[in-house]
Amino acid sequence: MTTEQKEDIIVKARGVTKVYTMGAEKIHALRGIDLDVRRGEYLSILGPSGSGKSTFFNMVGGLDRPTEGNVEVDGCCLRELNQKQLAWVRCHKMGYIFQSFNLIMTMTALENVALPRIFAGESPSEARDAAADILKTVGLGHRLTHLPSQVSGGQQQRIAIARALVNKPSIVLADEPTGNLDLHTGEEIINLLGELKSKLGITIITATHDMKMLSASDTVVWIKDGRADRVARKGEFEIAIGTIDGKTLA
Amino acid sequence: MQQQQQTIPEQQHVSWAVTLNVSWAGIKRRFFRSLITMSGVVLAIAFLTYMQVMNKIVQALVEARDPVLDAILQAAGVEIHEESSNDSIVLLIILSLLACFVGIVNSMLMSVTERIKEIGTLKCLGALDGFIVRSYFIESSVQGVAGTCLGCILGLIVSIVVAFSSYKGHVATHFPWGGIFNALLVSLLIGTLLSVSAAILPAYMAAKKQPVDAMRVEE
Repeated sequence: MTTEQKEDIIVKARGVTKVYTMGAEKIHALRGIDLDVRRGEYLSILGPSGSGKSTFFNMVGGLDRPTEGNVEVDGCCLRELNQKQLAWVRCHKMGYIFQSFNLIMTMTALENVALPRIFAGESPSEARDAAADILKTVGLGHRLTHLPSQVSGGQQQRIAIARALVNKPSIVLADEPTGNLDLHTGEEIINLLGELKSKLGITIITATHDMKMLSASDTVVWIKDGRADRVARKGEFEIAIGTIDGKTLA
Repeated sequence: MQQQQQTIPEQQHVSWAVTLNVSWAGIKRRFFRSLITMSGVVLAIAFLTYMQVMNKIVQALVEARDPVLDAILQAAGVEIHEESSNDSIVLLIILSLLACFVGIVNSMLMSVTERIKEIGTLKCLGALDGFIVRSYFIESSVQGVAGTCLGCILGLIVSIVVAFSSYKGHVATHFPWGGIFNALLVSLLIGTLLSVSAAILPAYMAAKKQPVDAMRVEE
């Protein structure tokens, strides 16, 4: 609690390195990244494949541990946590959105969204009530009992967003959230994330290639060869964008 | 600048009842897939039940000491006056049960491989290893027990039909109720034990998958 009052930095990465050993060879995926993410910010991580973008993203998400250095999320030093504490952090502090949605295909929209609350210790019936509320917020009140295979890609991603938000996390991590969607649907998803960010005051961190996503970001970080090559705040970067149906993409 | 580390609570386990509640959706909707997994158990247990029930029926008919019946039994190739050796039959039963055990382990391990992403996602959402172990254990146990019950019924029906066609009404007169009940109990016990123990390794393998696996984008 004390840290939250002291600073508005929600993610603090210091000297994060990651070395993978493959036989005799050592691969340096990250070579020391320092980064601060402010609370309520929309931050995009950009970089070509193999740049270490996903590795860094996974470190911030508590899915992987750095070889050296440290990541602090909302006052929790991830390095020092045991498996059960990490699971608690993932459940209560973070929401994940994946490129391929990663919904449980045998569960309905409602059951999928209720899962994080069940893991947080709520009874299934209470969890389903909360899930129904958040599904209504993302505009899927009429799709509660549908299986993921019975709804469109955009709607699947909305279910995934509802699932990421149902435990009221501090941070939402979105890995190429528009990667599997067409332009229009992708734009809808970006707008929805933007709306939810302002409404709920959450911090959004995305790994993306999508230029529309960049223009919605408050900060963009370019990662190259395992290092933070450039950090630009809104207004400091310009993106050349095209149009669809005569409408500017932004 | 060193910040004070918050005390982070440990994630609590989800109870067996809630795990069953959550897993049930998967078991129900994967029913056809489960049927294939179950078919190995059904056939092995049906075979075990058939062998046991036929043995009990023939034994009951032999013990009736009826000359007419003895003639029918002899015509059917039953050794009435000798202690019949069951060694080869026992071996056959053990082999079929072993094949069934390996079959369940194999299909459950395949299902773990297919669902790496799902397991990773569940862990991202806050699932502990214990939840994954329990849900896989519940899933394969339910399949195994359902398969065992179906196998018992199938084995019983086939053995009674075969017995009636060979020995006609004599079966009804000397029907070994107690013996058959025991045979079914043995089949149920063996089938359940077999499928529950076959579930242990796949459940453990599933729990060892990492949450970072959910991030890999291969469809």
